[in-house]
Amino acid sequence: MAEAVLSISHLTKRFDDQTILEDLSLEVREGEVVVIVGSSGCGKSTLLRCINALEDIQGGEIRLRGDLISHNRKNLPELRQKIGMVFQNYELFPHLTVLENILLAPVKTQKRSRQNVREEALALLERVGLKEKADSWPRQLSGGQKQRVAIVRALIMHPEILLFDEVTAALDPEMVREVLDVIVNLADQGKTMIIVTHEMSFARAVADRIILLEDRRILEESDPETFFTAPKTEQAKKFLRTFEFNRKNKAEA
Amino acid sequence: MPDLGLEVLWKGKNFVRLLGGLWVALRISLIAAGISVVLGILLGVAASRKRSVSSVVLRVWLGIIHIMPQMVLLFLMYFGTTRLFSWNLSGEVAAVIVFSLWGTAEMGDLVRGAVSSIPAIQRESAEALGLKPAQVYRWIILPQAVRRLIPQSINLITRMIKTTSLVTLIGVVEILKVAQQIIEANRKASPNAAFGVYLAIFVMYYLACRPLSLAAKKLEKHWR
Ligand SMILES: Nc1ncnc2c1ncn2[C@@H]1O[C@H](COP(=O)(O)OP(=O)(O)O)[C@@H](O)[C@H]1O
Ligand SMILES: [Mg+2]
Repeated sequence: MAEAVLSISHLTKRFDDQTILEDLSLEVREGEVVVIVGSSGCGKSTLLRCINALEDIQGGEIRLRGDLISHNRKNLPELRQKIGMVFQNYELFPHLTVLENILLAPVKTQKRSRQNVREEALALLERVGLKEKADSWPRQLSGGQKQRVAIVRALIMHPEILLFDEVTAALDPEMVREVLDVIVNLADQGKTMIIVTHEMSFARAVADRIILLEDRRILEESDPETFFTAPKTEQAKKFLRTFEFNRKNKAEA
Repeated sequence: MPDLGLEVLWKGKNFVRLLGGLWVALRISLIAAGISVVLGILLGVAASRKRSVSSVVLRVWLGIIHIMPQMVLLFLMYFGTTRLFSWNLSGEVAAVIVFSLWGTAEMGDLVRGAVSSIPAIQRESAEALGLKPAQVYRWIILPQAVRRLIPQSINLITRMIKTTSLVTLIGVVEILKVAQQIIEANRKASPNAAFGVYLAIFVMYYLACRPLSLAAKKLEKHWR
């Protein structure tokens, strides 16, 4: 079995006195793609944000290849360089061009030569079909294009693990595909990823393991075939039915 | 055509003296503006953290500056310090200090507002890339904040330039003082000198402030 890249043990997260996650443990191995699903507000984003210490935690610990990730550790910026995160609303830096958005972190934090990073950035942009947008401003791009740039911006750091938080949720339907294709491609390359999504057919295609988050914990954890064809818990069935219902509605309309 | 009293401008060194006076006014306000921008950014960034000591300091400081007429501050700084600490500040130095106190408070408040208006997730996405807090400010927060506060800070600097007319009162010979001297000296020969001289001053202030607002417009457009 491959080595654990990320291990979360007994994580508890509270906002004031509201407990969002309780005693949650999860290991992600090298090259594994873990998809997290669950109803809105169940704590998926919070979990991802805990992983790179954008939230402090109230119990348990999170380790990246053995290194403790903690809000008050001096090496946090270094560890974060190894965790790529892509947000729902892209969060490109509006005052920088596409290329500068991508170059900023590797040049400033990893002290890599601008020339080298630039070449790599252009190659990555070409791979996601955006080479000609290198000198554009974020405001000139469509949502799907922005999200692909955000993915490149995370990739260029050569992270050990990539976190995707509903990266297609803000997109117009016709742009969802171009972004998901990029992520499937990354899975094919063997990247280690945690993906939060509501796109069930994508989840089924890309995941090595599916996790249903509900009631502050991991309620069900299985390979995608099992999860979609033979869900174990009543909640999982109910969760999957919400999508079926949507589909039937669409077919009738 | 009525006598506009413009001919005094060409008499002797009058025009050059007026320009010299304008330069004194501009020098005071530009030095003070420079100090205010640097200190204001530091103070504003510190004060943008909610419930920090700096945010209280800024609030109190700003309150005092807003209540006190600039003239009172100038008198306090110029005459008051001589009495109390027997400092012998020149009028110009006193003016620079007062204008910097004023400018730093207002600039600090502008920076605080602009920094707070940058969405938290911009900072978070920069942190998520592994940038250190200082780098996040230097490369992400401040550049975006500065773009937002350009119009108001140009407005502040323009107000400073205009307010230098008060420093005459603490004995600094700036453009208005020179104007009065010229008008006084030519009272007999050209009774309308006042009009001509103040018209010239109007044009000079305009020409001094205009490039600032043009630059601001250009920057705004460039950064849109
Ligand atoms: N900064 C915060 N302060 C207080 N409560 C929060 C905060 N962020 C999220 N929450 C709450 O935590 C719960 C989980 O939110 P989130 O992780 O965004 O859910 P999901 O991503 O699964 O939709 C929600 O009830 C939300 O209201
Ligand atoms: Mg979410």
